[in-house]
Amino acid sequence: MLLTITTKRYPATDLGYLLHKHPAKVQTVELTAGSAHIFYPEATDHSCTAALLLDIDPVRLVRGNGKGNDFTLEQYVNDRPYVASSFMSAAIAQAYATAMNGRCKDKPHLVEEAIPFEINLSVLPVKGGEPLLRQFFEPLGYEVTVQSHLLDEQYPEWGQSRYFNMTLRHTLPLKTILRQLYILVPVCDNDKHYFVGGHEIEKLMEKGEGWLDTHPARELITRRYLRHIAPLAKQALELIMKDEALPEEEKPAKDKVKLHDLRLLTVRDILQELNVATVADMGCGEGKLLRLLMEKPQFKKILGMDVSYHALEIAMDKLKPDRLPEMQRNRIQLIHGSLTYRDKRLSGFDAGVLVEVIEHLDEPRLSALEKVVFEYARPLHVIITTVNAEYNALYEKLSAGAFRHGDHRFEWTRAQFETWGNRVAAQFGYTVSFRPLGETDETLGGPSQLALFKRSL
Amino acid sequence: MSRRNRQLSHITIPELSLVLLIGPSGAGKSTFARNFFKPTEIISSDVCRGLISDDENNQAVSADAFEVARFIAAKRLKLGLLTVIDATNVQPEARKEWVKLAREYHVLPVAIVLNMAEHVCKERNSFRGDRNFGNHVIPQQISQLRRGIRHLREEGFRHVFEFHSPEQVSQLETIARTPLYNNKKEEHGPFDIIGDVHGCYDELCALLDTLGYQVDKDNYTLISAPAITNGEGHTQFRKPVLVGDLVDRGPKSPQVLRLVMNMVNNGQALCVPGNHDAKLLRYLIGKNVQLRYGLEQTVAQLADETPEFLEAVKLFLDGLVSHYVLDDGKLVVAHAGLKENMQGRGSGAVREFCLYGETTGETDEFGLPVRYNWALEYKGKAMVVYGHTPVPQAKFLNNIIDIDTGCVFGATLTALRYPERVLVAVPALEQYAVPARPIGYNADSALSIEQQYDNVLDIDDFTGKKILETRYSHSITIREENSIAALEAMSRFAVNPRWLIYLPPTMSPAETSREEGMLEHPAEGLQYYRDAGISKVICEEKHMGSRAVVIVCRDEATAVKRFGVTGEGNGIVYTRTGRSFFNDKQTEQDFIARINTALINTGFYDTFETDWVCLDAELMPWSAKAQALLQQQYAAVGAAAAHSLPVVVEALLQAVTQGVPAQALLEKYSRRQEQTSSYVKAYRQYCWPVESLDDYKLAPFHIMATEGKTYFHRDHTWHMSAIGDICAGNEQLLVATPFIEAEIGNEASEQAAVRWWESLTAAGGEGMVIKPAAFIARDAKGLIQPAVKIRGKEYLRIIYGPEYDAPENLTRLRSRKLSGKRSLALREFALGLEGLDRFVNNAPLQLVHQCVFGILALESEPVDPRL
Repeated sequence: MLLTITTKRYPATDLGYLLHKHPAKVQTVELTAGSAHIFYPEATDHSCTAALLLDIDPVRLVRGNGKGNDFTLEQYVNDRPYVASSFMSAAIAQAYATAMNGRCKDKPHLVEEAIPFEINLSVLPVKGGEPLLRQFFEPLGYEVTVQSHLLDEQYPEWGQSRYFNMTLRHTLPLKTILRQLYILVPVCDNDKHYFVGGHEIEKLMEKGEGWLDTHPARELITRRYLRHIAPLAKQALELIMKDEALPEEEKPAKDKVKLHDLRLLTVRDILQELNVATVADMGCGEGKLLRLLMEKPQFKKILGMDVSYHALEIAMDKLKPDRLPEMQRNRIQLIHGSLTYRDKRLSGFDAGVLVEVIEHLDEPRLSALEKVVFEYARPLHVIITTVNAEYNALYEKLSAGAFRHGDHRFEWTRAQFETWGNRVAAQFGYTVSFRPLGETDETLGGPSQLALFKRSL
Repeated sequence: MSRRNRQLSHITIPELSLVLLIGPSGAGKSTFARNFFKPTEIISSDVCRGLISDDENNQAVSADAFEVARFIAAKRLKLGLLTVIDATNVQPEARKEWVKLAREYHVLPVAIVLNMAEHVCKERNSFRGDRNFGNHVIPQQISQLRRGIRHLREEGFRHVFEFHSPEQVSQLETIARTPLYNNKKEEHGPFDIIGDVHGCYDELCALLDTLGYQVDKDNYTLISAPAITNGEGHTQFRKPVLVGDLVDRGPKSPQVLRLVMNMVNNGQALCVPGNHDAKLLRYLIGKNVQLRYGLEQTVAQLADETPEFLEAVKLFLDGLVSHYVLDDGKLVVAHAGLKENMQGRGSGAVREFCLYGETTGETDEFGLPVRYNWALEYKGKAMVVYGHTPVPQAKFLNNIIDIDTGCVFGATLTALRYPERVLVAVPALEQYAVPARPIGYNADSALSIEQQYDNVLDIDDFTGKKILETRYSHSITIREENSIAALEAMSRFAVNPRWLIYLPPTMSPAETSREEGMLEHPAEGLQYYRDAGISKVICEEKHMGSRAVVIVCRDEATAVKRFGVTGEGNGIVYTRTGRSFFNDKQTEQDFIARINTALINTGFYDTFETDWVCLDAELMPWSAKAQALLQQQYAAVGAAAAHSLPVVVEALLQAVTQGVPAQALLEKYSRRQEQTSSYVKAYRQYCWPVESLDDYKLAPFHIMATEGKTYFHRDHTWHMSAIGDICAGNEQLLVATPFIEAEIGNEASEQAAVRWWESLTAAGGEGMVIKPAAFIARDAKGLIQPAVKIRGKEYLRIIYGPEYDAPENLTRLRSRKLSGKRSLALREFALGLEGLDRFVNNAPLQLVHQCVFGILALESEPVDPRL
């Protein structure tokens, strides 16, 4: 909430000219959720400190009708009034606009002069901690001193907070320091108080000029500054890097995507071999499988169901059934439903598909799912896939006994899955066969496993 | 009824009928309809033409107009409303469609024919400028009418009335509507509904005797019936209702007939026919029936009876009405049961269903038809009591019960007492016949029939807009968008719906205080109840924990038997959104076991005559469930403030010392520093380390339900005292909630309550909850808030933010609005109680789940979470 800039370059009070703020006054500028005060705790020829103090109005933060502004809606007890965040960037832009733009009416020669400065920030939230903070500032030549803090000194077992009192020392023109802070403060915080739109790219290009394109962490800075809005970040990176080739996405994500695509393609292949015409995807999520099925005219009627309305909205957005020609549109239907409630809309399909669905249900609730799928919906064929817990041993990052996904309620070994599948098949009059999914390990099986049920009664 | 009734001044039609006006254009149908029926009862083909084409005479749209008329008529008939079709209806094809529709909805078609002379019609039409069809139209319609008129009965019209002149029409004064024979809604009972007797006279007499009736067994007469006196002091006599199949297979069919005929003819009893009775009637009137399935015995037993008696039997059986709708429509009795859409209706199909039920068309390995289990899909409001299919035990499924317990096959003869829902049975004296299919075949399971089937709830009962009737309040509407949210929450996070019999309501704070530095104060809470006319309230300490619903069964067998939950232990603790409180099953069961021991040791189960209990409680510490929130949200904010504000204050101090005019800022930021350290103190109150079960405390404050009972008629002092008794069973785990009572209007008593709150909150407490003394309290407008919370000044820091009490903040925060939260609290309260009442009354799971689902849906309504 406080940014101080100190210099000891004689006469230190030149800082007042540079910042275009009189050392003897307290000045105030208005911000969207409060104001910022500029004052000088010290102003002598030997040492001069300018302070920029945020005065965030906590009530306005909540009341300021922050539609689309998630933290203001969710959290009423909020760290924003006490930290240097994107509000600080906004304050810099408001209070020190002249300096940041490199104008100084009375002493223009100061603008380009590298001056020794000490910068203090109280407190800076850093997602990623001290190493990341250093990664952002040190390549720019700053001498970085940080003081970290416990979440609560009465409960040291809770560990460190993400807040730091930071001191930076460097000899640079003031405008460069301000521009770097303008970009890097919200990048450390990794959160923004306003909607990130196209004009953010312009700001980034302008404030980052001369230092960002050579910064080793430029990708991360860009991505964070644009708050992980992928298309924007990509566009900005292209502008920054000009001719250099773009790096690939992070590896682990790619692997995961691959496995899931493989599952879906396998399921589609099986459905094609089975020669089914109507398919219910019971747990369609964002509709990836539905799109794969739509590509094949063999599937005359495709139903996608999911319990998450949000996922369905995304599926709807991706499939855009209302923009399809009528014949295509009539093939696909999306419904909101749940596999723990029997639902006559699921009846009458050649095949029912549950790709990585069952493990999201508490185990005792499976008996309801079994009845909904095998007794009431009762398709001719049922395909169920689930992760293979044995394979987890091959995931280095996964500690023993941990699940692959936060919402997994259980993960089964091959034997467990087969026991369950055989029991279900016998109980409801189906036959069943099992197969591994994905790149198979000799002893541990595939990363995923699939059961194919066929109605026998 | 004659077709040629010359003088008609009064005619009678069934109250639920589809009335077809038949007559050429200009015969006066619309005028007739207006004179004798309500405007909304009339569906006019002309109006339908107008609706869809702006022209009532546009013959080009007749087919579409007919569709509209049929659609409206169908909706009305579905609701059981008399409907009049005002169209020419002169062609048999047109009438055929209407008769088909009447059959579909099991209502009687009635024909009212206006068979007017040509000149009458032409003259009438000439007054209407808009009707300029050709001269040939009316003569053609008249000839079509006259050709078909003789066949109306064959077409399916049981009631036909014909008028030949405007004079005849003018003589008609009234059209009376008679209730169907099956409508006995005005009979409120109490009833004793008796299963299939099948000639078991001795057992029938024994059962009547057990039920408290006096029977003169030798003279086949009822001497007296037991009486009960209701709450208003009226004495009512009980009435036996027989579900049919009086005869066949058993030893004394004629005797059973004599007694039942005497009782029914004297108005002492009701009886519906069974398929065996219907077959006997066919035999008696000389139809060719096979003497099988026990009829041969009845015929032999009747051989010595007099022709007069046989004649009386014939008359009696012929007069039996397929089914009865009783007690304002709350009870339906039919031999083989009856689906909702057939109840109170009259048609051949209804009668068939009543006698034989519905079959799937398949036969089982015993060669008997496989019965279609319509009961599984039953969602009607009326309780349906039936027999027909012998079952090992009479059990409710979806508010339906089969009470044929196979007396003639050597089992028992059962009666269901209504409205008590109590079963009374006497054993068969011997086995008189062998069933073709073992009784209760395929019905062997630890779970009751109901539990087996309602394992899987039907999504139709929950999604979309729903209107739920509650006994303590108005009906409550659940909007579609909210049920969408509830479906996801319920499916992904909630515990087994069989455990989920109750969710607690949200609670509103008291009105906002105007006192300096305060947002909430007891004065407003007391004022709220004063305004509602309440004289006594109870103030309970607001615990610093999480709301929890605790269900404990004496043993796992009770969990299976009463809740239908297998393999999930003998109890559960869940949060106010239905999520399991403990992530670890073993911890949960250990927790339940401790409470169970306390309940056993304090004699709770015996005192309350129950094997289980549902408690509404607060589970402490809050940090057990909210550790992440405490660390990531509360502590984080505290840490940020604690390490920035001192630096700020120091800088400001330095500036002030240098003569910079920053005094006001210095004061402001110093105050913020104090406020944030108070805030850190406030959240630290909630940080108890939780390492084992010993670190938990449970403070129950309501005993919600036990077997067959809820405790909403008990006041809060009773709840506190009963809970105090339980707490004595484990003082380490269980906490009795501190409380004081206050008399509204008594200054000293009110002041004592305020002071108590002040001392609680000064000691770091969260505050208190004020409740009216009675569990359910009302004012002139209906339910009032069952509780309002008064939170402490310091506690509110972790709700409204560390600096909420700065004057400039408080002024703005005071403009909060409570009405949304209050309305929500009342709706959730009414639904919560409704669900429990349904559960203890053994309602099907879907009806209980509707209430709980509704509460969860309401919780997704946007409300300021700080309230």
